[in-house]
Amino acid sequence: MKVRVHVSLKPGVLDPQGRAIHHSLEGLGFSGVNDVRAGRLIELDVDEGMSDDALDDMCRKLLANMVIENYRIEKVAA
Amino acid sequence: MSSFRGAVITFPGSNCDRDMADALEKVSGAASLRVWHGDAELPEHLDFIGVPGGFSYGDYLRCGAIASRSPVMRAVIEAADRGVPVLGVCNGFQVLTESGLLPGALLRNSGIRFVCREVPLVVENTQTLFTAGYEAGQTVRLPVAHHDGNFYADDETLDRLEGEGRVAFRYAEDVNGSARSIAGILNQAGNVLGMMPHPERAIESAHGGSDGRALFESAIKGLVGA
Repeated sequence: MKVRVHVSLKPGVLDPQGRAIHHSLEGLGFSGVNDVRAGRLIELDVDEGMSDDALDDMCRKLLANMVIENYRIEKVAA
Repeated sequence: MSSFRGAVITFPGSNCDRDMADALEKVSGAASLRVWHGDAELPEHLDFIGVPGGFSYGDYLRCGAIASRSPVMRAVIEAADRGVPVLGVCNGFQVLTESGLLPGALLRNSGIRFVCREVPLVVENTQTLFTAGYEAGQTVRLPVAHHDGNFYADDETLDRLEGEGRVAFRYAEDVNGSARSIAGILNQAGNVLGMMPHPERAIESAHGGSDGRALFESAIKGLVGA
């Protein structure tokens, strides 16, 4: 089973990388971009039937830092 | 002569472990014990544990994230809970926040760039194991070398850190965008200090400054009661 974990900075946490990307987009002449936040996508290949609790546990214990980040688990149909 | 027992942890990618061990040896007169990240146990009867700077595990995932889950860190957390003094510098500070021993997190520097220079710091609290050798409000100069030293914590946590005297060092100028210019913090019990600047790189005049020496002297004197 393929699982995608989307990790993003919590609202309010300064994102210097997103800001730099934003500036660069503006430099390329793209207007109308109001904000950019950069995150991380982690793809897992796990055993069929892996429980939601186990996936949640992985996110909380390692994949995301709950002080600054949120995560969203997406199960991808084969 | 000295019965001091200090240990320094080495992770794959640590690069300040030798400096930390050297600083402990120069100040204590006792050889430092070296511990590998895969060791599940620490040497017995430790007086001090150093978690050094560097780029543990190549900063993969998040700075300090993988190192903080390594076998030896479970032992370090247990030792810290028993009251053994722990100093985390730079990547070591990141490891300590990732491990939960210290609150908050260290984000990418607000200016995006890696910052490598000497910076002025104000010693905010001299009533701690690590800072007793400084004068209150004293400004010291220590080197920094980091890309992710921008301390972040929510306002409630920051207020608590300030209220409990747990801000040990504050930048005297903007270095990396840290919340309230915080450069180093203590845990609630006061036996764990994490800081981005490198006291171990300022031990003797040949380093270009020796303002870091008092930190090791404070800790070691406080421990062996010399």
